Amino acid sequence: MANVGTRRGSSWQAATAWLFVAPFLAIFLVFTAIPALVALVYSFTDMGVADIRHPLEVDFTFLDTFARVLTNAGFLKSLWTTGIFIVISVPLTMTIGLILALALNSGIRRLRAVYRSAFYLPVITNIVAAAVIWQYAFTLKGPVNTFLGSLGLLGPNWLGDPNMAIGTVILLTTWRNVGTCMVLFLAGLQAIPEDVYEAAAIDGASAWRRFLSMTLPLLKPATVLVSVLMTVSYMNIFDEPYLLTKGGPLSATKSVALWVYEQFGHGNIAAAMAGSYVMLAIVVLLGILQLRLLSAWR
Amino acid sequence: MSGKHPLRTALLYAALTLVAAIVLMPFVWVLFGAFKTQGEIMAAPGAWLPQDFSNLANFAELFERRQFGTYMGNSLIVSAFTVASNVLFSSLAGYALAKLPFKGSKLVFGCILAAMMIPYIALFVPQFFIIVQFGLVNTLAGIVLPIAVMPIAVFIMRQFADSVPDELLEAARLDGAGEFRIFFGIFLPLVGPAIATVAIITFLNSWNYFLWPLIVAQDQGTYTLPVGLAVASQAARSIDYGLLLAGAIVVLLPVLILFLFLQKYFVRGVAVTGLK
Repeated sequence: MANVGTRRGSSWQAATAWLFVAPFLAIFLVFTAIPALVALVYSFTDMGVADIRHPLEVDFTFLDTFARVLTNAGFLKSLWTTGIFIVISVPLTMTIGLILALALNSGIRRLRAVYRSAFYLPVITNIVAAAVIWQYAFTLKGPVNTFLGSLGLLGPNWLGDPNMAIGTVILLTTWRNVGTCMVLFLAGLQAIPEDVYEAAAIDGASAWRRFLSMTLPLLKPATVLVSVLMTVSYMNIFDEPYLLTKGGPLSATKSVALWVYEQFGHGNIAAAMAGSYVMLAIVVLLGILQLRLLSAWR
Repeated sequence: MSGKHPLRTALLYAALTLVAAIVLMPFVWVLFGAFKTQGEIMAAPGAWLPQDFSNLANFAELFERRQFGTYMGNSLIVSAFTVASNVLFSSLAGYALAKLPFKGSKLVFGCILAAMMIPYIALFVPQFFIIVQFGLVNTLAGIVLPIAVMPIAVFIMRQFADSVPDELLEAARLDGAGEFRIFFGIFLPLVGPAIATVAIITFLNSWNYFLWPLIVAQDQGTYTLPVGLAVASQAARSIDYGLLLAGAIVVLLPVLILFLFLQKYFVRGVAVTGLK
């Protein structure tokens, strides 16, 4: 870039630049940087709800709160539940998203935009509205079981049975996230030059062979992005279990985020912050692990 | 890839149509359910279609007795302020980051990335303390403030600002125009699509914003639509699904209409950033 500060000098320009980024920085400092710091500090204290108005008068108990959180049966259960969400939902959502992207990218012209919009629509759907629809549709005598009944099947207790409830929450999250995966995979597929395939077709490679040895490796950047994105979003899963099942039945769908929210609601502020920091640490570790694993892949 | 077998193409279309039908099914349920009476909903096995599509009793109940008018007003105010503030401040920041070389621009960009990565659940408790200190609990300002300049908006504006040619800005500088004149007179008119993308994404985020308004809003006077609907769905003893589904339609409709007309901007936002 040429020297742009010709007339009034670059210090004037730098001052203008700081002025322009100041609103963003102010909001970032007050609502991201300081809260992150505050959460870290207070997770070493015994802060309760009574201390909110006088936040400087708490007692430092150092690792006590972390020790209590990490040995709390409810917290460990919520970690396990979140783990189930991640292990099932991330591969499920990514696979369906990739299949839809491949189908839309396979040379069809007609209705392509219509299908893409249909698959994307759940992404922009308000989660509270979606949860209301889900609650209605999956009640014992709701439309889903009525449909199953018309096929001669006995519909399960989707939201009342602990194992089914996890499945129903996963169904909702998958429905809402597949569109994001599809759009990102589609962008990745469209970045692959057409002549790469033509060369392979001339060499006589089968469609499956071409997919495994060419499309998949060339799709690596998109796959890395999507998997990190999905893991982080399932790690933070809150809205779906909160709205659909309130974490129940029998805490079967209580994620870490929901546990943190409940501790906050019960006034166990220090425990909520320590729990959220444990989660933050896991998110960062998982992110690094995924980047490592995926960059080792081919 | 040419020379596809017609049977394979037909199968592909059949599969795509089946998946689309499954994906869109919840919208059918909500559309039909919102016009049903409590009796129709409780009937087993229930009918697909409502008996009477002109039965607007559920909607009337929402606005006349359940204060959905207030919630909608609050949601509109929150979204309007969020979009306006994000468009203005993120384009200022994006312009500075892309076009004004200054020491510290890398640091600022690092802040953007950090803010996009930190899980929200780790922040809401201390954010609530800060809102308490500011005396903004149970106010719409308290709801808007943390999302007044979203990192994602700044990120998008910076990416788009990069593509504006330096020569145009340089020529204006040589003519003696100040940075504010260049920003408003030359830069902004050139980044219309970026502004549309930011406006759509920030509208979507603020309209669908749930956890934070749930914490900040303490009574019905400050509830936004999603909070009002969630509270209604959890407070009900014997759940009136017809009423709740009508509420879901009220929440969904504005976004669906926007999506119908402006979907390329929705999808572009995701493709540019990889984030919702």
